[in-house]
Amino acid sequence: MANYNPKLLAMNCSLLAGQLLIENGANMERVNDTMYRIAENAGLHSFQAFTTVTGIVVSAEHQPNAQAVDIRARHNDLSKVARVNEISRQFATKEITLSEMYNQLKRVDKGTPQLSILTQCLGAAVLSLSLMIVFTGDVRDSWAAFIIGGSCYWLYLYLLWKFKVKYMGEFVSSLLIGVLAILTTKLGWTSNLNDIIIGSVMPLVPGVPLTNAARDLVSGNLISGPTRALEAIITAMAIGCAIVIVLRYA
Amino acid sequence: MIWHLAMEFILADISTICFGVLMNIPKRAYIPGGIIGGLVWILYVIMYYQLHFGLAMSNLLAAIMISILSLMAARKFRLPMIIFNVPALVSFVPGGQSYQVVRNFVLGNYGTAVSYLYQVIVIAGAITLGFGLGDVINAALHYRPKKWKNR
Repeated sequence: MANYNPKLLAMNCSLLAGQLLIENGANMERVNDTMYRIAENAGLHSFQAFTTVTGIVVSAEHQPNAQAVDIRARHNDLSKVARVNEISRQFATKEITLSEMYNQLKRVDKGTPQLSILTQCLGAAVLSLSLMIVFTGDVRDSWAAFIIGGSCYWLYLYLLWKFKVKYMGEFVSSLLIGVLAILTTKLGWTSNLNDIIIGSVMPLVPGVPLTNAARDLVSGNLISGPTRALEAIITAMAIGCAIVIVLRYA
Repeated sequence: MIWHLAMEFILADISTICFGVLMNIPKRAYIPGGIIGGLVWILYVIMYYQLHFGLAMSNLLAAIMISILSLMAARKFRLPMIIFNVPALVSFVPGGQSYQVVRNFVLGNYGTAVSYLYQVIVIAGAITLGFGLGDVINAALHYRPKKWKNR
């Protein structure tokens, strides 16, 4: 920090924590709670934060300018949410200083351990298999859900990494799920097309936006709640459209 | 019956942990998260199939249970609550019904499709309301006055 101003640094810390939390899928009450808590612990007066899903504005007394941050991409990485939570907790108990907190927050994006692609695909495959049995009671065809769910989740991750458009990845991999399910049924390897599709699309379900939309709406956040609900609905529509297209020609 | 419930518990437990893997939750949350998911799912199975509480009531009570248990686990393990309640929800997503809505609309069975659509709306509404009520109950159980007064 060249021009070290503790008040400004506190505002930046709060802003950075809020940005990390929103980017990685925390609910708005937690975002506001963390930001106000950091400002309170750093001794800022009349701190105000305006948080939306796509950007944050904060201001404090005796500071000439309000600070803003723009949030473009959102993904679901709850380990990072837990890490920010831990750092904020350490700052509250005076274990680390303000500048240490800023440095640690800067390192959250790189320093949080990620699971390998293979582990994630294996997780998606097992999820498809077990949810197919839970939902439909069909054990005989569950091997197909295991293979199709896992491989199509890999396709989703690849498209997300390549094109950075979430909805397209969901659409294309749902399309492939439908095609593969029809193919295995037509070849006579499996008997029930519907159960395989139900199981295999489950890894693509928008769990975090759905939960956050419910909690934000109920807590009275009328900007973030509907926005997150819209995110969940667009994902559901991408999956639904792909399945409609496939079933039309089944 | 016991075997059936044990099987359901294990399957829901595995699903919860796998969804947690996809959401990259911290590793120490796998076991408690899985137990919450499995436990609430067998409670739902008992409420829906044995006690006949009906679709809305079973899902509402299950969502409230998820909220309460998640906050307990969150306080115990010092992690955000979202780490426990998002994976636990995955067994309650009306995936089968949503698929049947789409399928029956495509096939032209509008009556069947609308009846499945009704189920989807009831389940989604009950879970939303259940999370809200769960937050209210949590606030009542662990009331803690807000410390900052300098807003």
